[in-house]
Amino acid sequence: MSGEALFFLEVVISGLMAGVMYALVALGFVLIFKASGVLNFAQGVLALFAALALYDFIAPGGWVDDLFGFTFPIWAGIILTVGVMIIVAWLIERLVLQHLVQQEPIILFMSTIGLAYILEGVGDMLFGSDVKPLDIGIPQGASDWLLDNYGLYVEKLEVFAALTAAILVIVLAVFFQKTRIGRALRAVADDHQAALSVGVSLRTIWVIVWSVAGMVALVAGIMWGSKSGIQFSLSLIALKALPVLILGGFTSVPGAIIGGLIIGVGEKVAEVYLGPYVGGAIENWFAYVLALVFLFFRPQGLFGERIIERV
Amino acid sequence: MSERRNGEVLLSVDKISLAFGGVRALEGVSFDVLEGEIRAIIGPNGAGKSSMLNVINGFYHPQEGSITFKGKTRKQMRPHFVASSGVARTFQNIALFKGMSTLDNIMTGRNTKMKRGILWQALHYGPARNEEIENRGHVEKVIDFLEIQSIRKTPVGRLPYGMQKRVELGRALAAEPELLLLDEPMAGMNVEEKEDMCRFVLDVNEEFGTTIALIEHDMGVVMDISDRVVVLDYGKKIADGTPDEVRANQDVVDAYLGVAHD
Repeated sequence: MSGEALFFLEVVISGLMAGVMYALVALGFVLIFKASGVLNFAQGVLALFAALALYDFIAPGGWVDDLFGFTFPIWAGIILTVGVMIIVAWLIERLVLQHLVQQEPIILFMSTIGLAYILEGVGDMLFGSDVKPLDIGIPQGASDWLLDNYGLYVEKLEVFAALTAAILVIVLAVFFQKTRIGRALRAVADDHQAALSVGVSLRTIWVIVWSVAGMVALVAGIMWGSKSGIQFSLSLIALKALPVLILGGFTSVPGAIIGGLIIGVGEKVAEVYLGPYVGGAIENWFAYVLALVFLFFRPQGLFGERIIERV
Repeated sequence: MSERRNGEVLLSVDKISLAFGGVRALEGVSFDVLEGEIRAIIGPNGAGKSSMLNVINGFYHPQEGSITFKGKTRKQMRPHFVASSGVARTFQNIALFKGMSTLDNIMTGRNTKMKRGILWQALHYGPARNEEIENRGHVEKVIDFLEIQSIRKTPVGRLPYGMQKRVELGRALAAEPELLLLDEPMAGMNVEEKEDMCRFVLDVNEEFGTTIALIEHDMGVVMDISDRVVVLDYGKKIADGTPDEVRANQDVVDAYLGVAHD
């Protein structure tokens, strides 16, 4: 392969991998949106919170180490963090959502903005605000095999993240389409009253969906944390997930992934090949411009449910 | 029809009063529904009929009075508990899950019949899968019964009004309820659609022995299909009896013809 083509391929691959990271965050948004019609502004902070909790269970110098003088093995740390996220979900339902049944989506959205700030503050208070390296044994560095045989530079971590995302999407898609709870989730999103009348408990469903979103946030937090350390800017990645959602459609799990990939590749390619002509930093705004174009021509996104409105 | 009225009391509503702020929607309303009968609740607009249904199914919690269903008395109950104790309903303004297909909508009606935990479901394997297949079979029967095979994959938001009403009835039937609450099942329908709906209501009652309480404005329909009728006006019960008795009741005639209240 010529050097030029190889370089292009590397750019595309690194874009795809960045896209997977965006997609992981976007996935959490989609889950909650599907089940409650709420755009959860706190999803990015949820990922940060999960990563911080995990760090303190397993890392030397973390909370558990400070208090008890030992650290949990990684697998136990992950299970404990899942537990923490379920408790967070339960608290959110108890303290916030329960009081907002049958309210307008915009009110619920505002409440998630508040939630984001509270979680960020609590996270800061509990865990401190310095950048923490997260190492849970995900292979790091370049893949030697690809580098030796094809001269291609690909991060192992990114391949790992891509595989994890793929598995996550398959599991979630089946869960939503084929199971009772999946149907109940969609039913709640559609009409609270009707869902109640067929015996769906709103509270249970909300705890389940926020727990699942918390777990997806944990996966996203682990991947981002392993890549660039756990830091508070993680919560800002949530903003990049918005254009991903506009592309993929707010209600589609596969859409979140494909949207993420398109944005990841798009911004990398644009940065490398168009950057020099417009002074660079395309990466920072490309996603939003693409989203704007989509809003003009296909507001429901690539895979979103068609908006059907009867007059 | 009289032989069906010998059933036990399935539901009894005792001195229910409900107010929204200063507005009194229901005042001391009592009546009962016998097992296997078709019981109509009628009355002019704003008489409190829908409020009554919402009280029975747990959406509204009355300030006074109690409800006894299958021998258990309650003052208030959450709607999803009411649903799992065997009450299904339809709504005056159709409340379907518009983005979902007919099939999925009716499948949600099986919600209370499916018990497998979230872990099995997440795996979509073993018991949860068998349960899914079993319940799907039941839903297919409902679809055959209502003659809606041709629209099973259509998102319900696209269906014409009459069909949506039918799907909503299907979702309620899928729950195999002991008590079926219908809020104006024939509202806004043409004659043909009304006849179909009447037939379904009667068939449900006869074939499955389902007890039905319905609100309806079309007097012809009410008098034809119901065993007993309770009449509400301004939140109070003004008559209760067979269609013939109710028709002969002077208060009812006044309420409908708009005689001045003093």
